[in-house]
Amino acid sequence: MKPATALLASHRVQRVLYPAAVLLVLLAVWQALVIGFKLPPYLVPTPVLMFETLATEWQSLGGSLLVTLKITLLSFIAATVAGVLISFLFVQSRVIETALFPYAVLLQVTPIVAVAPLIIIWVKNPTASLVLCAALVALFPIISNTTLGLRSIDPDLQSYFEMNRASRLQTLARLRIPSALPYFFGGLRISSGLALIGAVVAEFVAGTGGAATGLAYQIMMAGYQLNIPRMFAALLLISLAGIGLFALMAWLTKLALGGWHASELARD
Amino acid sequence: MREPPADTLRAGASTPEVPAIEVLSAHKTYPNGTVALQPVDLTVQEGEFVTLLGPSGCGKSTLLKMVAGLLEPTDGRLLLWRKPVTALEESRRKLAFVFQAPTLMPWATVASNVRLPLDLAGVARAQAEGRVAEALALVGLSKFASALPRNLSGGMQMRVSIARSLVVQPNLLLMDEPFGALDEITRHKLDADLLELWRTKKLTVVFVTHSIHEAVFLSTRVVMMAARPGRITEDVLIDEPYPRSPDFMVTARFAQYAKHLQDSLLRASQDTTEDAAS
Repeated sequence: MKPATALLASHRVQRVLYPAAVLLVLLAVWQALVIGFKLPPYLVPTPVLMFETLATEWQSLGGSLLVTLKITLLSFIAATVAGVLISFLFVQSRVIETALFPYAVLLQVTPIVAVAPLIIIWVKNPTASLVLCAALVALFPIISNTTLGLRSIDPDLQSYFEMNRASRLQTLARLRIPSALPYFFGGLRISSGLALIGAVVAEFVAGTGGAATGLAYQIMMAGYQLNIPRMFAALLLISLAGIGLFALMAWLTKLALGGWHASELARD
Repeated sequence: MREPPADTLRAGASTPEVPAIEVLSAHKTYPNGTVALQPVDLTVQEGEFVTLLGPSGCGKSTLLKMVAGLLEPTDGRLLLWRKPVTALEESRRKLAFVFQAPTLMPWATVASNVRLPLDLAGVARAQAEGRVAEALALVGLSKFASALPRNLSGGMQMRVSIARSLVVQPNLLLMDEPFGALDEITRHKLDADLLELWRTKKLTVVFVTHSIHEAVFLSTRVVMMAARPGRITEDVLIDEPYPRSPDFMVTARFAQYAKHLQDSLLRASQDTTEDAAS
């Protein structure tokens, strides 16, 4: 029995095992409550029915998942590239940052639901308009975190670089960028979630039908048809996509910072 | 037995010597009116080990940073081998600065931290690697070349910082309370190692500390400073032979020097108290 005990004691196994146990308990309670109170499936389906629906309608739901994921990833990449470029611009001089930062905030505080109709009218290509909406939502955390990171350098190290006559480029590549990485990855984690939210919200507003429909459209249609099990299945897929993105970001962060940054060092 | 380099240099000078450091009535006043350092004059000859000793706020770090060119003096001049620090290359001399904290890049290995000044200067990789290995051997860290700074103790991190300063083969080493944050045993060890490096590499060292014992143990000369306003109060020659072993610290001579510096510090701080009272 010894190997099994050792396996249970491992921190990594625990991190999967504990939430999984909670999930099983929650699903069981959910199933029991729905059956116990005899709730009709058009109000709350049982988890079993939800999984059945997901399996039987995987053809259309899976396709929608791919569409939503595509928009999320494209907008996330666009927001990352744009955000990083804007941050580099901001740290070049305080004047530029002071002049432009309020507009970055403006971008952040204006609700995307309010701007989305305009963007959908202006941008002909439906995919491009959705990507643009979602990218706008995901942009700000990357700008603010990366800018903060690029400025958060050890003043003594900065003096050391100056004393050694380091060029602007050398200082950027060897000091500012590595110092900014923990902040940048923090921004990525927030933005990956926001990109997914942005993609779903934009699709709600745009309401595009046809072949290339995303999960938001599936939820709307299921709502109109009171097909609640299908709505739950689509919701499940959105949540899973969000968890997947978060896990991907956590893995990337570990890959980049695992060796040296306090936030990523194992405590056990 | 090797002779103390400072004395050899002074005795063997047939041509007029160019001093390593000349501070000519340099002073520093901050824009808010705080006087960090009153006008000071100081000359350091090649091969000396000079310690700037004084309480917090006496301007010893300010003076050191002005010598390194990290701070501009409000007025006055600072020359290294008769050149301003910005034109130091013309005199074919190099200076290195060791900060109070190790100031290492946490994401880079020990070897690439030590290689940093060579990389910034554009030294070819192959040549740089050899010099890095040499510098790490000098501070006894050859085995830790591929370790990350955070896996080393505070004392070892400080050694890395010293290796990084040695890798440029400096003539002048400026050290700003480098061992202040270390425990006493580690500090004694590093002090002894530093003296050895100074003797073998024929360095000129200016060392900032607030420890009287460290100052007496290390230096050929102690420059006493006082605070509010920062100024030099006394220049004490520590006329003792090298190499100095830890036994030196329990001799009567050592105690006399320490007592003298202690009294001098007290006098200087009393002056300040009276100034403040009047």
